[in-house]
Amino acid sequence: MINFLIFLTLIAIGLSFIRFLKGPHLTDRIVAFDAMGVMAVSLLVILSVTIKDSIYLDVAFVFSLIGFIGTIIFSRFNVVKEGDDNE
Amino acid sequence: MSNIGFIFIFLGILFLILSSIGLLRMPDTLTRMHAGTKASTLGSLLVIVGAIFLEPTLWFKLSLLGFFLLITNPLSSSILARSTYIKFGFLNKSGIDDLKDDK
Repeated sequence: MINFLIFLTLIAIGLSFIRFLKGPHLTDRIVAFDAMGVMAVSLLVILSVTIKDSIYLDVAFVFSLIGFIGTIIFSRFNVVKEGDDNE
Repeated sequence: MSNIGFIFIFLGILFLILSSIGLLRMPDTLTRMHAGTKASTLGSLLVIVGAIFLEPTLWFKLSLLGFFLLITNPLSSSILARSTYIKFGFLNKSGIDDLKDDK
């Protein structure tokens, strides 16, 4: 049962990774990266419940934090690179 | 108790798969953001609720993780939408652009 759930989550991550590879603009890639981060956090939660240990939840915290900071930094970089809006 | 947890986790993963399908099928960056951030937030929250039902001793860390996701996901989505608007403009056919004066 739990193997089937992990397989479904891996299918969701793979479908987002297709959009991450073929996105036409940088913003599409950032959206796909954000969604992949959230899906990886839920995969880590399922793994932590399977093993009955809370060590993967710390990994999930760090993964969520790094995904959030990466999203914000890439979108700011996307704006500032234009050169006309660096307040 | 365990069956309720499995049902919640299955519903959450169903929302995650719907979010990925919307991310593949939508025609535009802002509509892709609509599919890719809200549905995945709901899916991950349902997975966390199911995990609390499956393993009640880990409830504090799991609810803290859900609270953190609930804070940070709309914030990053808002910053992404602002960046997309500044770079590409408003990409709809209706011609109404309410954000133009605020820019």
